[in-house]
This record gives sequence, structure tokens and C-alpha cells, in this order.
Amino acid sequence: MKIGAIAGITFKEAKRDRILYLLFFFAAVGILASRVLAVLTVGDRVKIIKDVGLASISIFGVLMAILIGTGLVYKEIDKKTIFTLLAKPLHRAEFILGKFCGLVLTLFVMTAAMTVIFLAIVYAHTLKIEGGLLAAVAYIFLELILVTAVAILFSSFSTPILSSLFALAFYLIGHLSWGLELIIKKMSPGPGRALVRALYAILPDLENFNFKTEAVHGLPIPAGIYLSSALYGLCYTAFILVLAVLIFRRRDFI
Amino acid sequence: MAEAIRIEDLRKTFRIGFIPKTRPILKGITFSVREGEIFGYLGPNGAGKTTTIKCLLDLIHPDAGTIAIFGRPAASPRAREVLGFLPENPYFYDYLSAREFLAFTADLFGLGRAEKEERIARLLKLVGLARAADLPLRKYSRGMLQRAGLAQALINEPKLVVLDEPLGGMDPLGRKEIRDIIVRFRDEGKTVLFTSHILQDIEMICDRVAIIVGGRIVKEGGLRDLVSEKVLFTEVTVSGLPPQAFAGFGEGVTSRGDRVFLKVYDEARVDEIVGLVRDRKGRLVALSPRTETLEDIFVDTVTRT
Repeated sequence: MKIGAIAGITFKEAKRDRILYLLFFFAAVGILASRVLAVLTVGDRVKIIKDVGLASISIFGVLMAILIGTGLVYKEIDKKTIFTLLAKPLHRAEFILGKFCGLVLTLFVMTAAMTVIFLAIVYAHTLKIEGGLLAAVAYIFLELILVTAVAILFSSFSTPILSSLFALAFYLIGHLSWGLELIIKKMSPGPGRALVRALYAILPDLENFNFKTEAVHGLPIPAGIYLSSALYGLCYTAFILVLAVLIFRRRDFI
Repeated sequence: MAEAIRIEDLRKTFRIGFIPKTRPILKGITFSVREGEIFGYLGPNGAGKTTTIKCLLDLIHPDAGTIAIFGRPAASPRAREVLGFLPENPYFYDYLSAREFLAFTADLFGLGRAEKEERIARLLKLVGLARAADLPLRKYSRGMLQRAGLAQALINEPKLVVLDEPLGGMDPLGRKEIRDIIVRFRDEGKTVLFTSHILQDIEMICDRVAIIVGGRIVKEGGLRDLVSEKVLFTEVTVSGLPPQAFAGFGEGVTSRGDRVFLKVYDEARVDEIVGLVRDRKGRLVALSPRTETLEDIFVDTVTRT
């Protein structure tokens, strides 16, 4: 109930943020522009539309999560609205989870709106809705949930600009950390390899949520991979949220 | 009488700057607020009033000491179920209307729909915002925001109300209304802890006060015990006689128009002045004995500490 109330007010606040609509506009332009790109490109036009459309949903979704998420907690502290909230019988964990759920709800609405535009364009070309595309979007959304948790984690102790940089770094590292797996395979056993393996275990691997190529090319994906990726996302999100709560619980609001 | 708040040996030091410098704010605060009383918490700027209140609300974690609200540790959210708080400069979501904001705060207490609507309507009426209830808060004046803040502090029908500078920014009429509301809280059996720089207001409505200076409580007690009824001096206003007629009677003989103003410290001399005015056919306009006020005690305490 309390988490719901905080989530509701967060959703209302995020809805008022102009950045959200600006990013949505660019995402929509990106998805629509895929139609033009397809005309200009040699090859399978539908594949280009799918590829650019999914990339637009992913990139603009991440920007929404980072740019809005990093300001959420900070704004409450900066505008001192937090004094009124935390003076109520509200656990600090409930506050963080409420903020998280509110932004996830906002991103769900935005992702759904972008997906409708995207699927409409694909449908206009193929006259069918492909399940693989929906699955790819679902995993993009799962990635957005994790990035939201990270943005809120940084927002709980840092300024929006620094938090945005940290969250962006997390996103980039997350998409490049798969390279460590290759290094591990090529390294001979020893302390060095153990260190790299430990680093790989700690760093996020956001490629786990990337099913864009399979969706575009219609490649089959075993159910186990879907399941393990979802489980990975949920566990990592839970870990980040626990970290955010632990940091937030120790804070003094002067 | 049971204790609504018990604060014992509360200490807090802030660490400020890149190379942290320690700045002790609270240096062992101990006081209690009894159930059903209006308790005034006074102190000059930077004395530690707001820090104490923030520790009470668990917004700041104290370094040492204990705080209990009706016997429960203040850090427990359950202790805050019976508490209402109005911050110094109320900051709310300015895009919400007062009605929406109250509905939101009611949700934080898990109130049912019917109960929530009934309380919101009653509180909006109580604080005089019924007609502006659907305006966004950003269009409110400071006084109106203060009233909205008071309404949100009462949404859970608290047993204890903590008000940080509730009368700041209010016009005289608004101040009187808020004072009346605070007195009504006491009549309903609620306990009120409030800070204010306006000492006359505190003197008018508080049962007991504590004065904090430099992070320490330097005075605590019932208002009647602290403020004596001893006459400090008498202000006499006379007309129809020249100021020279009162030479040697008192300090501060001034005149404006045909009026002469005197400040007489010796009570016995007041009768002499009255006799003199009568004998020389002057007119006694006013005679006001000035007793000790909370402000005198406050200024004296702060300057001596």
C-alpha cells in the first residue's frame, strides 16, 4: 500500500518530466526512420526495420531510465519533500522500492507505446506479429528494470549528473563485459584467471538480455536461455536494490 | 503524567567538507514532553532545534543517546504512526492540489477510502483551505502552504504533533488561527512540541519550554515557573505637563506632542507621579506595569551562555 502510494506519486512526477516526452519523440522518429533506411539499404528491408526499431526502443528506453531515474531520489532530498515523507511511518526501503516501482511503471508505459509503433510498422510490411520480436522487447524491458535500479542506487547518494555518468558507465561496461569471458577462455589457469573470473562475476553482463539478433533473423532460442537470462536480471536487480536500501538507510537528511 | 517524548543524552556531530571537519551540534540533550501539554522548544539560529527534531523523526541518526515516543524507540516506523509533523518550510509536490496531497499522505497511513475522504474534507475546513482545495500547491502563498502542511500533519489524527516554526510567514490573523488550532489540540488531549522564533506566541500558548543554546539545554520548565510575575518597571504616559516636571522620577523621560513617557523602576515612585499629575492638573493617560516576559528570559539566557 505504502510502496504503491510512493510508486503512484513517482509515476505522476515522471509523467510531468519533459525529457521523457523528448526521448519518446526521438524514439518514435528513430522507429519511423527505419522505414526510410530500409528503402535506402540493399538487402532485406524488414530486417533493417526490425533492427533499427529494436535498437531505438533499447537506447531511448535506457536514456529514459538513466535521465529520469538518477534525479528521482535526489530531487526528493534537494526539494526537501523527503522530510514530510520519512516523518510518516514509512521504512526507507519502502521509499526506495516505491520510487523504483514508479519508474518501472513509467518505463513500461513508454516501452509499450514504442513497441506499438514498432510492431505497427513491422505489421505493415509482414502482415504478422512475430513472437520473437515481443520476446526481444520483453528482455529489453528487463534490462531497463536493471538500469532503473542502478540509476536509483546512484541517485541515493550522488548528484544527478554524476549518477547519470555512473549509470551510463554501468550500461556500457555491461555490454562490453562479455569480452572478459573470451579472455578467461584464452588465459591459462592461475591467479590472473581467477581474478578476471571474479571480475566477470561481479560486473553486469547486459548481453544476457540481448535477443535482438535472434529476433531479427528469426533464430530459435532455447527456453533455458530465456529462463536463465530472466533469473539473472531479477537477481541482479534485487542485489542492486538491496545495496541502494543499505546506503539510503544510513543517510542523514540535514 | 505519562511522557509523550523522552530524549536522553542526545548527541550528534556533523562532518563537513572534503577533508571532514567535525562540528558538534547536539552535546547531550535531555528533556521530556509530557502527554497532553504544549511544549515550546526555543533557541537561537543554529542552536540545534531542527537537528533535535530531525533526530526525533529519524531523519538524522544520532551518534549517541536515546529517543522514545510514547515509550517506543523513535527510529521505529511504528512510533511515527501516532505522530504528525510539519517541517519548517513545508515543501510538497507543487503540481498536486491540497486535496490530492492529503490523499497521498492518507495512503501512507493506509486509510480506507471513506475515512480518507471524510478526514480530508474535515482538515481542509479546519485549516481554512476548503475553497482552495483543488488549486495546485504551486499557486499557494506561504501561509496557505503552511496550512496545507498542518493539514497533512493531522491526517492520521496523531497523539503527538511536532511543528517546526509553524507560525513563520503567517500574517497576524493566520498566526492567531494557527495558535487557536494548537490550543484546540491540547483541549483534545494531543501533545504538541513546537519551535518558534516568535516568543510571544510561545508565551501565549505553551505549558512548558526548553531553551537550547549551543547544543545544550540551558533552561527547562513550566512557563509560570520560569517567568516571574515581578514588575520590572512601569511605563507611565502623562499629558498636559512639561517633561521637566518629571525630572528625577525615572529613566527615559521622552515626549511626543503634549504627551510625556516615563519608565519608572521604583514602584513606590509611581504613586508619587500619580499624586504630582493630580496636583498639577495634568492627565494620566496610561500606566502599565511591565512584568518579566519569556523574551527577557530568552535574551538573558542566550547572552549569558
